[in-house]
Amino acid sequence: MTPLAFLGQFGEAIQFIFEGQTTREGTQVGGSQFLELTVDHVKLSVVAMVIACALAIPLGIWLGHIRRGSFLAISASNVGRAVPSLALIAFFVAYLGVGFTNVTLALVLLAIPPILTNAYVGVTQVHRETVDAARGMGMTEARIALRVELPLALPLIFGGIRISAVNVIATATIAPLAGVTTLGDAIINVSGYGDVGRLAAAISVAVLAVVTELALGAVQRAVTPRGIKLERGGRARSWRSNVSTKIGRTASP
Amino acid sequence: MVSATVAALAAPLAQVQLRDRSAGDAGCVADDGFCPGWIAENLDRYVDPLLQHVYLVLASVAVGFAISFALALYAHRHRWLIAPIVQVTGILYTLPSIAVFFLLLPLTGRGSLTAIIALVAYSLLIIFRNITTGLDNVPEEARDAGRGMGLTDRQLLWRVELPLALPEIMAGLRIATTTTVGLATLAFFAGAGGLGEQIFADINFKSNVVVAGGLAVLLAAVLDAAILLAQRAITPWTRARAT
Repeated sequence: MTPLAFLGQFGEAIQFIFEGQTTREGTQVGGSQFLELTVDHVKLSVVAMVIACALAIPLGIWLGHIRRGSFLAISASNVGRAVPSLALIAFFVAYLGVGFTNVTLALVLLAIPPILTNAYVGVTQVHRETVDAARGMGMTEARIALRVELPLALPLIFGGIRISAVNVIATATIAPLAGVTTLGDAIINVSGYGDVGRLAAAISVAVLAVVTELALGAVQRAVTPRGIKLERGGRARSWRSNVSTKIGRTASP
Repeated sequence: MVSATVAALAAPLAQVQLRDRSAGDAGCVADDGFCPGWIAENLDRYVDPLLQHVYLVLASVAVGFAISFALALYAHRHRWLIAPIVQVTGILYTLPSIAVFFLLLPLTGRGSLTAIIALVAYSLLIIFRNITTGLDNVPEEARDAGRGMGLTDRQLLWRVELPLALPEIMAGLRIATTTTVGLATLAFFAGAGGLGEQIFADINFKSNVVVAGGLAVLLAAVLDAAILLAQRAITPWTRARAT
């Protein structure tokens, strides 16, 4: 009947995404309505990410530059990992109520730790000699931080942004619990969409996360200074192992 | 309190609606407040979800570790495999677990199995990465010394390389475990219960959110500490070097 019939329920879900259907109550779900949900989903995620970056990157670079606060920068990540995103959202709903601002705040809190930790680790990883050379050339501390340490830390900073962005997109799925409509609407308020709509939402969120990951990965490679690429011998994607083992090693005595 | 817990275990009360808030300080509860009295009387409601949560985490991390360990050992001998394995597990890591739960539902149905498959998929990258990095960081001199003593490749792996890689492997296990505790709060979407189901059941009630969320954080901290203690016990030489 449909060209995607061989995919079973998945085919129906894909059709739902592009064409939509009319519910028994006569409202239109899927199709263009799904596009609106996607836009809302992206909007919420972008707002949260921009705020989180504006807070975490300067703080991480500053702490890294003065080589202080390793406990704060590293344990932020460990604590952030231990607090479930659902619990964080629920906590905000119970104490501050529902709404766009509160959900954004919760997502900002969720997004900060990986960015902060990576910015910190990225700056502290810059060779001491490089910083000394810059200082010897008469650069001020602010210029050293912005012109030397920031560019060299960029790959790791973008690594952190990647982790957070994917995490925020995933968590924005449960934002409808707090009264903010996103793609998760089809998952949380399943009665209006049915199983097919729910599956369609799951596919959309998954695609959105993977596209974000790939796009930010491309940006990350683009902003990696040529010197670092040469040093690594082209293994530009080793940030993940760097960070995970670094944090693990720092956390264990 | 003890008798209440026993009674709860004898006749599963997990089905009781959380909205039934007859017990405890009525005014505070009606206000959706944080009520120590209500919490003390209703702690037993959280026992079953906590146990489900522990089961989901331990099963997922154990299976995830077994798969990652096998993959890492194989890739240790066939190094060209590392990049593709990292890419594939990286995509699995990127997929939001809540999406994976629903993507799996048509294939594996509602229940713990679906939740565990998704959680295992998520843990693979973290554990595989750390095992591989740990093995790569073994000093070449240690390998040479082992070979010089006449160890076969297999003996070298199990007696020299893996023990020296243990701190990094255990670090990966800790990261995977705490992450899985958090993700398992969403497992109820796959019909697998857990603490998330309790949070979701009454998300406006502060007492409920604090207890269920707090138990999840506590569980992550306890499991993290347990793995750390286990690591110290099986790698006494790392402490000897430090002191």
